[in-house]
Amino acid sequence: MEPKQLAEGIAAGRISRKKIAENFSDLHPPLDAHEAAVAADRCYFCYDAPCMTACPTSIDIPLFIRQISTGDANGAAKTIFDQNILGGMCARVCPTETLCEQACVRMEAEGKPVEIGLLQRFATDSLMDGKKHPYKRAKATGKHVAVAGAGPAGLACAHRLALKGHKVSVYEARRKPGGLNEYGIAAYKTVDDFARREVDFVLAIGGIDVKYGADIGGAITLDGLREGHDAVFVGMGLGGVNALGLGGARPEGVEDAVDFIAALRQAKDKSKIAVGRRVVVIGGGMTAVDCAVQAKLLGAEEVTICYRRGQEHMNASAFEQELAAASGVTIRHWLAPHRLKSKGGRLTGVELEYTTLSKGKLAGTGETITLAADQVFSAIGQTLDTVALGERLELRKGRIRTKADGRTSLKGVWAGGDCTDRGDDLTVTAVAQGRDAAESIHAALMG
Amino acid sequence: MADIRNNFVGIKSPNPFWLASAPPTDKAYNVERAFKAGWGGVVWKTLGEEGPPIVNVNGPRYGAIWGADRRLLGLNNIELITDRDLYLNLREIKQVKKNWPDRALIVSLMVPCEEQAWKKILPLVEETEADGIELNFGCPHGMSERGMGSAVGQVPEYIEMVARWCKASTRMPVIVKLTPNITDIRYPARAAKAGGADAVSLINTISSITSVDLDTFSPEPSIDGKGSHGGYCGPAVKPIALNMVAEIARDSETAGLPISGIGGVTTWRDAAEFLALGAGNVQVCTAAMTYGFKIVEELKEGLSNWMDSKGHRTLDDITGRATPNVTDWQYLNLNYVTKAKIDQEACIQCGRCHIACEDTSHQAITSMVDGRRHFEVIEEECVGCNLCVNVCPVEGCITMVPLKAGARDRRTGRKVEKTYANWTQHPNNPSVRTAAE
Ligand SMILES: Cc1cc2nc3c(=O)[nH]c(=O)nc-3n(C[C@H](O)[C@H](O)[C@H](O)COP(=O)(O)OP(=O)(O)OC[C@H]3O[C@@H](n4cnc5c(N)ncnc54)[C@H](O)[C@@H]3O)c2cc1C
Ligand SMILES: Cc1cc2nc3c(=O)[nH]c(=O)nc-3n(C[C@H](O)[C@H](O)[C@H](O)COP(=O)(O)O)c2cc1C
Ligand code: SF4
Ligand code: SF4
Ligand code: SF4
Repeated sequence: MEPKQLAEGIAAGRISRKKIAENFSDLHPPLDAHEAAVAADRCYFCYDAPCMTACPTSIDIPLFIRQISTGDANGAAKTIFDQNILGGMCARVCPTETLCEQACVRMEAEGKPVEIGLLQRFATDSLMDGKKHPYKRAKATGKHVAVAGAGPAGLACAHRLALKGHKVSVYEARRKPGGLNEYGIAAYKTVDDFARREVDFVLAIGGIDVKYGADIGGAITLDGLREGHDAVFVGMGLGGVNALGLGGARPEGVEDAVDFIAALRQAKDKSKIAVGRRVVVIGGGMTAVDCAVQAKLLGAEEVTICYRRGQEHMNASAFEQELAAASGVTIRHWLAPHRLKSKGGRLTGVELEYTTLSKGKLAGTGETITLAADQVFSAIGQTLDTVALGERLELRKGRIRTKADGRTSLKGVWAGGDCTDRGDDLTVTAVAQGRDAAESIHAALMG
Repeated sequence: MADIRNNFVGIKSPNPFWLASAPPTDKAYNVERAFKAGWGGVVWKTLGEEGPPIVNVNGPRYGAIWGADRRLLGLNNIELITDRDLYLNLREIKQVKKNWPDRALIVSLMVPCEEQAWKKILPLVEETEADGIELNFGCPHGMSERGMGSAVGQVPEYIEMVARWCKASTRMPVIVKLTPNITDIRYPARAAKAGGADAVSLINTISSITSVDLDTFSPEPSIDGKGSHGGYCGPAVKPIALNMVAEIARDSETAGLPISGIGGVTTWRDAAEFLALGAGNVQVCTAAMTYGFKIVEELKEGLSNWMDSKGHRTLDDITGRATPNVTDWQYLNLNYVTKAKIDQEACIQCGRCHIACEDTSHQAITSMVDGRRHFEVIEEECVGCNLCVNVCPVEGCITMVPLKAGARDRRTGRKVEKTYANWTQHPNNPSVRTAAE
């Protein structure tokens, strides 16, 4: 056992730096050329391929796989980027088991789909390693579009607009671009600073000016952007987080999962990140799993995810749940947080109430259990920062109401990604909506 | 247990699997290993006349094509006949035969097309007590430029002449190895028979260029930036070899002439197919060069297990069983009507059958039914061509179902006749019409 593994409370360096580095290495190591050829050979080049229909960005999967199998990895990458300029990140983070690979006919045939995600990574890595941007901008149109947020939606929109010859200004609140690609995605899914390299690749098309620390809702307003530009695209994601709602003062040791994840992603040395010996994560989605798994990889002894409904209701995919289990995380169902226990302002445990469905509604049973914990992470969903957007933008279920092409209720304003009512908390969907909004903006500006 | 002992023109071997004349049979070391592994016989790597040894290239000699996961499908070579000293080879042959009296040991020969040359070498071979000779008229490269190999094999008169010389000068059985680099394989086979040869063996390799290096624009294998056509062999050539064997087996002029089948034999199934089409035994090269000698275990076991399962007792029960079923196109039954049928349970909905039939055949498979992805044969359009069966990735998913006599063919609207009728009797055949007039 590592000497500091069982240190009480919240501590950094529970396991050696070397071990931590190993733990955070690539979750799915890339295919080498031969492995890619073998994997590509399994593709049947289906007619009207079901995998392609299942991809939110409609990448021509049979075509790019055929290109790989003929030794034209760069051509394959171009096929991917034509539909999805963030195809490199999507290859790493898409839950393919519920998207393209789920639909692959070889899933039906033998329960083993073509490894579309890994093949996509093989192709995109190959082209991006060449450092040459594969697109040339169209002649300048003289139009100027504002993009709010440099996350996947904003970047995809900006790239497509720049491609069409428009001038694009991106307003990004943070100091770094990429959105959740940079601050949210689990570290072992995107190693070697890929998120940053990918943004550089996207911006290499030219014509895109990114302003950092440009917080909409502060000095810059949505109306201000509308006045200064021919069109506005909003891709601000979900800035807020839901509160645990347990009342009282927040004892030391209670944190938001997204903050912990962001800190991990930004840390130069992960062994400097402190983690509890006993950790409880509240939630049932991808964020909860990512938080729990990474806490475990940092050396926490006990990590338990507590979800207030049953396994079948969890937003985390079966693959994510397996990953958690394989990493040594315990997932418990039908438990809702009831009370935080603390001593001297420091968290000591969390009391949870068993829940059940009564007439289709979630209800407490009155019975409780207490789990000892020095750290509790809340991962119960993010929310749209509506204040920043002003009051005139129409919402639906707390998110920006949009049409299929991304138009909002305000003239000249489009939106896409997590901040909209059509977002589904997937990078790939954000990319698709950013791209489609750009096409719609282009049609509106040039029409 | 099936009896797979082989008697080929009086040469006995414990099984019908011989190694063909090639690198696996180049010297005592290899042949000893092959016999230990269980091969029934070998045809020793081709010997040339006495003199300074043959010179091979010192760069790559092989080119190849591959299938999935780099499975070797076709191999091409520019190697020549043995580059070892004649007397060294003869000494080794004699010793190996002595060590392995129950195995077949055939000596392959290629000397200039002069009677003296053959008269000189045959007694030397006889002295080794080898079981027979094989005349290499097949090699398509290197030797043909010197008036040997396929240069002889492509001229039936030469084949006949050399076969006759050999028969006159030796008591050993003479097998003539044929080159496929010729339009009609029956002519050289007939010539071999006319010259008195005891048997033919085929095919030798097919002239080929396997690929071109697109950076250097050199054909492969590349020797200092240049390449030369080589001889093609391996699984890819099996269909060509099978046809040539069948053509000779069913030719009335060569009917009954023993055939040693060669070309792409890789598994016991391949071997059984050669036998069924008329071969008395088979020879193997590429499969051994790809996987080593051990494959003979699978060949022997597989053949014998299959024979047991079908009740075939000896090789004679199989040899030539398919030959009568090989016919000319004009005698095929035009009243045999089939329709493709898709097993919806087995179908994985890849759509390949649809797009193949839609783009390149008869628009006879749906892609969408009632707004749902669904692949189904439209009998009104299906001509029964079998393309969909061949492109479907799921074995047995699409089958060709023959229509029963009396049933209506929904494409033509006609009733299926129960009688057999072929092209020679068809009203659209001009020669039938002429006869009627
Ligand atoms: C922990 C976690 C793990 C995830 N893992 C996966 C995964 O594995 N696979 C997957 O497909 N999806 C995953 N997701 C979801 C995915 O990251 C998002 O769906 C995706 O990033 C949405 O893109 P977006 O562009 O809409 O928003 P974001 O990525 O959130 O980008 C929004 C951008 O706008 C900026 N911004 C916000 N407010 C303002 C403002 N007022 N002014 C200016 N700029 C502003 C932000 O700084 C940010 O750069 C995960 C999410 C989380 C939280
Ligand atoms: C079903 C079929 C029918 C063909 N019919 C003809 C033909 O009528 N005339 C012809 O010159 N070649 C014909 N060919 C040969 C092709 O033109 C081509 O030479 C051959 O298929 C080799 O090319 P490929 O294997 O690269 O397709 C035919 C091929 C196929 C598969
Ligand atoms: S469904 Fe599977 S086999 Fe078919 S094209 Fe897509 S990846 Fe290939
Ligand atoms: S047999 Fe030929 S014509 Fe009939 S469905 Fe299949 S491909 Fe089409
Ligand atoms: S090719 Fe075979 S598996 Fe594919 S759709 Fe057709 S019948 Fe189904």
